[in-house]
Amino acid sequence: MSLLSVDELAVTFTAKGRKDFQAVSGVSFSVDQGEVIGLVGESGCGKSVTSLALMGLLPSKGVRVGGRAEFDGTDLFGLRKSQLRDMRGTQLAMIFQDPLSSLNPVVPIGVQVTEILSRHRGLRGEKARKEAAHLLERVGIPDPTRRLKEYPHQLSGGMRQRALIAMAVACAPRLLIADEPTTALDVTIQAQILELLRELVDQEGTALLMITHDLGVVAGLCDRVNVLYAGKAVEVAERRELFASPMHPYAHGLLGSIPRLDSPRGQPLNPIRGSINDQIAWADGCAFAPRCDHYVMECLTGTPQLTEPAAAGHGVRCVNPVRDSSDLDVPHLEAPVMDTTGSEATTRHPGGEA
Amino acid sequence: MSLLELSDVKVHFPVRKGILFDRVVGHVQAVDGISLSVEAGQTYGLVGESGCGKTTLGRAILRLVDITDGEVVFDGTDLAQLPEEEMRRSRRRLQMVFQDPLGSLNPRQNIESILAEGMDAHGIGDTREERRERILKVLDRVGLPDHALGRYPHEFSGGQRQRIGIARALVLEPDVIICDEPVSALDVSIQAQVINLLEELQEQLGLTYVVIAHDLAVVRHISDVIGVMYLGSLVEEAPSDDLYASPRHPYTKALMSAVPVPDPEVEDTRERILLTGDLPSPSNPPAGCRFHTRCPWRQPTRCDTERPGLTDIGGGHKVACHFVNEIASGELAPTSALAPDMLGDSESPVDDPGGDSAGDSGEGEDAASGPASGAPGSGGKAAGTNA
Ligand SMILES: Nc1ncnc2c1ncn2[C@@H]1O[C@H](COP(=O)(O)OP(=O)(O)OP(=O)(O)O)[C@@H](O)[C@H]1O
Ligand SMILES: Nc1ncnc2c1ncn2[C@@H]1O[C@H](COP(=O)(O)OP(=O)(O)OP(=O)(O)O)[C@@H](O)[C@H]1O
Ligand code: SF4
Ligand code: SF4
Ligand SMILES: [Mg+2]
Ligand SMILES: [Mg+2]
Repeated sequence: MSLLSVDELAVTFTAKGRKDFQAVSGVSFSVDQGEVIGLVGESGCGKSVTSLALMGLLPSKGVRVGGRAEFDGTDLFGLRKSQLRDMRGTQLAMIFQDPLSSLNPVVPIGVQVTEILSRHRGLRGEKARKEAAHLLERVGIPDPTRRLKEYPHQLSGGMRQRALIAMAVACAPRLLIADEPTTALDVTIQAQILELLRELVDQEGTALLMITHDLGVVAGLCDRVNVLYAGKAVEVAERRELFASPMHPYAHGLLGSIPRLDSPRGQPLNPIRGSINDQIAWADGCAFAPRCDHYVMECLTGTPQLTEPAAAGHGVRCVNPVRDSSDLDVPHLEAPVMDTTGSEATTRHPGGEA
Repeated sequence: MSLLELSDVKVHFPVRKGILFDRVVGHVQAVDGISLSVEAGQTYGLVGESGCGKTTLGRAILRLVDITDGEVVFDGTDLAQLPEEEMRRSRRRLQMVFQDPLGSLNPRQNIESILAEGMDAHGIGDTREERRERILKVLDRVGLPDHALGRYPHEFSGGQRQRIGIARALVLEPDVIICDEPVSALDVSIQAQVINLLEELQEQLGLTYVVIAHDLAVVRHISDVIGVMYLGSLVEEAPSDDLYASPRHPYTKALMSAVPVPDPEVEDTRERILLTGDLPSPSNPPAGCRFHTRCPWRQPTRCDTERPGLTDIGGGHKVACHFVNEIASGELAPTSALAPDMLGDSESPVDDPGGDSAGDSGEGEDAASGPASGAPGSGGKAAGTNA
């Protein structure tokens, strides 16, 4: 049995006087001990909302959460607030993108760490301070005793993120959710933090849910990957499988459009046209249709389902998936043009026309 | 002679303290002695981490910041010495495109008025009709429809706003466009659209670009020549393909090895050079080689006392390191136990029962890595695989 299994998670925002907005729907995955699962997708596709839902950190009003999430046999959505809070300290932990806003600016790092240790592990005084210093040292913060006395703004971005990781792992959580933990950092610092996360998984057997928009990070870190688009998982596969043969036109297009450090120079990139548009609902068909090179008539008859058209364990939400790369050279139907501000103009004038 | 030539450019910002903020207590050496040349019709890419001075250098070229010292020669004229009025006129030929397309566009102006503003200032186009005609041509070039004219910035997507930013530069018919992080605020699927657009425009209009970005993959894709900056100076400069094929400076090597590549095969097998510590402050840069506090190849002599200059090692490949030859020949191995780390050379690292991870306190050897030491306990791993 998996440590965490998420089944058809759905999050709908229901603000008064506004149309309901389904930010996440149909996201299912499971995470095992010592496993790294990636959630990857562009801005607004529902990555953070997914993680907040699992942590029980969504606002209590104006949100409807559906589907199931089981952690070690316990239904996360059925827990009382206090139970969930206990769980968050000891079993589940989360690291956020912006370390500065998740640390208290007016409290020294040391106090913030020892607070956690006393709340969840009952450590006090000198014992707690020693353990705090040890934790900072473990995440690679030099001179930990001095750092413990400092305030968050006195630490560099990379060090703040380390401190946050130290706090997250203080109680040896079994599942760590990392929401874009390196996006605000420089690449050389990102490499250090990723290495640290790898170690945590390898040595402690921590399960890691890694949320990122960077396919490069996914390629190096995750065992299985969920590609999200407009709130739904559109492709789910083991990482090698995903990168070797992406089948959803969006995942396929994404991989073709990013410049790679090691790709030959001088070739124009193959951009996906248009831009993401959250006004297109899945209920009317595939939300990716206006940007899709693979579009056929059936795409707009109902929501495409996640199926496994090629291999077991490789899920694709598409009625006309990419079978091999040459597939995309064949012209298909002209994609529907939706007249909404933004996407329309770029749909007609794709940047890479020439 | 190159279109744009910088020689020994310095930009030092005074750091003030005291109640009346009038006591200068030091200087941020944001740009500290940069020389480079940009050929007409080519793209010069500047990479480096946050705070290394990329933006400041870009702004210095346009003299949007005071140049403390050095020359910026554009088409034969030293802009650093130009009186303000003449500088204003030169700015038409040197335009800048910013990172944050929304922040750099006035939300209360429609697109036509945003684009017409610069034309007004530089006296381009006699009548409103003439200007509008020109604007429409440019909008078409950047892939925006005619009806964009009357719309406001918030009505556009991020990628489209960046097109507007590019259009605003283009209506002035510049020779050089300085693009500061032109795609880093955009979603991945949109980045390619803007990169392709920049390349098309260059081909059609013969533009010269200076592209500033922290994303090495983007810079490599778009640039003819790349300069790598570290703490206010260039540590390496080379034709784009050379730099990728054989990075010579230890910092460039580390930077390249840290860029994630969206390909598991590459990610699992490539050499990783993990740097220790953080970027030192530019207001108090280390003596000698500025990279010596983090350099895995640092030597006991020269590195911390003598500042290496940028030296041509052949074929336009320039490196600022005292030991570049010894490092290239393999004569010098990395001194830090933390350096090259072959990851996942066998199976997936998850399967590894932790046999090569020597626990978290056994890495005292990395004391050699100096004042900024203390990368995550990767020492255990590296030590196991270090040849
Ligand atoms: N509290 C909220 N009320 C209403 N809508 C929300 C709320 N939080 C998020 N959303 C919407 O839900 C969608 C998904 O947001 P989410 O933050 O999960 O995106 P993301 O994938 O994390 O993006 P990013 O990469 O930008 O962080 C977005 O359209 C967002 O506007
Ligand atoms: N007007 C200013 N006054 C004082 N210091 C400044 C000023 N502008 C920049 N700096 C400092 O100069 C250094 C270089 O900044 P710059 O913005 O050029 O870096 P950058 O390479 O563009 O970084 P990023 O990738 O974060 O944009 C930084 O330490 C910055 O804090
Ligand atoms: S082929 Fe159809 S279902 Fe598949 S991604 Fe394209 S539009 Fe969606
Ligand atoms: S001069 Fe010394 S410290 Fe600087 S890069 Fe070369 S080896 Fe490293
Ligand atoms: Mg998010
Ligand atoms: Mg900058």
